[in-house]
Amino acid sequence: MIESRGLSKVFKDKKRGLISAVDNISFVCKPGEIYGLLGANGAGKTTTLRMLATILEPTDGTAVVCGYDVIEAPDKVRAHVGFLSTATALYPRLTSQEMVEYFGRLNGLDESTLRKRLDEIFTRLDMNDFRDRRCDKLSTGMKQKTSIARTLIHDPQVMIFDEPTLGLDIMTARTIIQFIRECRDRGKTVIFSTHVMSEVEKLCDVIGIIQGGKLLAEGSLAELREKYHEQDLEEIFVTVVAPLYASQEAV
Amino acid sequence: MSLRNIGVVYRKELKEALRDRRTVISSLLVPLLLFPLLTAGLGAAMSALMGKANEEIPKIMILGGEDSPQILKHVRKLNQVDILPATGDWKDKVINKEIRAVVEIPAGFQDSLVRQQIGWLKIYNYDGNLESSIAADRIQKQLEEYRGRLVKENLAAKNLPEAALKPFEVKQQNVAPPEKVGGAAFGGVIGYMVILLCLTGSMYPAMDLTAGEKERGTMETILSSPILRVDLVLGKFFLVLTTALTTAALSVTSMGVSFWALGHFHAFDKAGADAAQQMQLHIGIHTVLSIFIMVLPVAVLFAAALMAVAIFAKSYKEAQSYITPLMFIVIIPALCAMLPIDLDAKLALVPILNASLLCKELVTDTYHWNYIAIIFGSTCVYAAAALFLAVKMFQREDVLFRS
Repeated sequence: MIESRGLSKVFKDKKRGLISAVDNISFVCKPGEIYGLLGANGAGKTTTLRMLATILEPTDGTAVVCGYDVIEAPDKVRAHVGFLSTATALYPRLTSQEMVEYFGRLNGLDESTLRKRLDEIFTRLDMNDFRDRRCDKLSTGMKQKTSIARTLIHDPQVMIFDEPTLGLDIMTARTIIQFIRECRDRGKTVIFSTHVMSEVEKLCDVIGIIQGGKLLAEGSLAELREKYHEQDLEEIFVTVVAPLYASQEAV
Repeated sequence: MSLRNIGVVYRKELKEALRDRRTVISSLLVPLLLFPLLTAGLGAAMSALMGKANEEIPKIMILGGEDSPQILKHVRKLNQVDILPATGDWKDKVINKEIRAVVEIPAGFQDSLVRQQIGWLKIYNYDGNLESSIAADRIQKQLEEYRGRLVKENLAAKNLPEAALKPFEVKQQNVAPPEKVGGAAFGGVIGYMVILLCLTGSMYPAMDLTAGEKERGTMETILSSPILRVDLVLGKFFLVLTTALTTAALSVTSMGVSFWALGHFHAFDKAGADAAQQMQLHIGIHTVLSIFIMVLPVAVLFAAALMAVAIFAKSYKEAQSYITPLMFIVIIPALCAMLPIDLDAKLALVPILNASLLCKELVTDTYHWNYIAIIFGSTCVYAAAALFLAVKMFQREDVLFRS
């Protein structure tokens, strides 16, 4: 379970002064549910997810992930979270197996549990053929599978995906989408950010539309269609963000 | 803090470092091969040059001397030179290396000898040119022999003993033990080398493990794991420290072995072999260990300071531009230790310079325990401050996610 309570983040910039990247965002994401954070570039999606993964510290508000507060117990939160984004690269000089082993050990797994989990995940993701190949020699698809195995090794209850399909080819993106679905089916709490409408339509149980660091609308696809009297998600998105987008452009 | 996690990070970083060609070359191969190649290469080159220069029969000219047949005869007796007829452009010929030296006998030289007035002879050569120097030396030796004979003849003519000209000899006698003599000559260099190699050994991994990690996009990956940032920094720090000390240890070993080999196999002439023997023979294993114990906090200081600076950079290239000026901050005090200055309480507090000066003393087997305590203590404080700064830098979001 993820519970965001007035999560806010302000960055200091030498030229632009204080920048409010995330402004008082509150939402709840339940186990067995996929929460989709939909927003344009610079809307605040990545900052929100980084705060939930405790990579960044909120300047105001907080969030509770798996019962642990992101400010008070960040290491406990990270132990229950699997975080995957296009920015989470692999160590080029480690093999696929060594990469996953490293994160298993950092997550406190003992050697016998680690072996068992490794074999299970590598078999499930069909990775045994390249487990001893160095990450810098892997194809994009193999790299993504290794990243997925890395996030799964400690069997986290919460999965956070930050634009996980950005820049990937269709086949690799499909693997990721399938994996996100599987996470939900296994009862995990899943939150993911994207600006691809089709992914949101296919996957999300709850959609949060974010712009200028503010959560402007929230609900299931059916609820949003009803509220905004539009069938197409793209039209709904434009209707929601247009007023704020116009004012930001004017500034 | 978790020792287990620090160990996990350290082992992973070590594995990656040993698979990285750049790290293996800069931290292992270069220090191992640099000194043997330098000594063997320079030795071979010097021997070849000296051999070639000695084998050459230098061409020389004699200016004047028509009214001084005796001295002319003696100069012409030189058997390892080729005497050419004098020409007006002799100076150009020396500069253009067509001839190697010119000896000038002034008019009336023999008359001045007869009148027992002090005369002069001039040898013109090309300073810095080996063949020219050899030719000039041969002429000088021949002329000095002739002068010695004249002195003997003059003294004999006046029934005076040779002691009349030189009533007593003045001699200098060294009383310092050989290890102190060798240490005074080379101690400053060894301290400088060890300290500099510690720095160069830690530079590449410090940048690779911080700015390099940012550039490769693995920083966010590792920060999403439950490891505490202090454990992450310490795991990385110990790897940087390991490479720094390994580079320094390999370099010193390779330097020692090179000089030992030089002394034993007489690759150079006798003087070179003696110098090499003097250097290597009297620096015992206990001195080397003492140097490494004293350099340990300096290496910690370098590793931590380099990491604190490099983590600020967005890329490896940017880190290089920050770290290169740091070289001067280290080189200048380390070089100062080669000057004839002695360690005192104030200098014992100056980082890097204090350790360099102490290394110089340790090599001469001098142990001023009060200074050793001050230096070790103060360097530990500086190192701890640098490590604290590195940890703090790893906790700053504006540094880790600088864009």
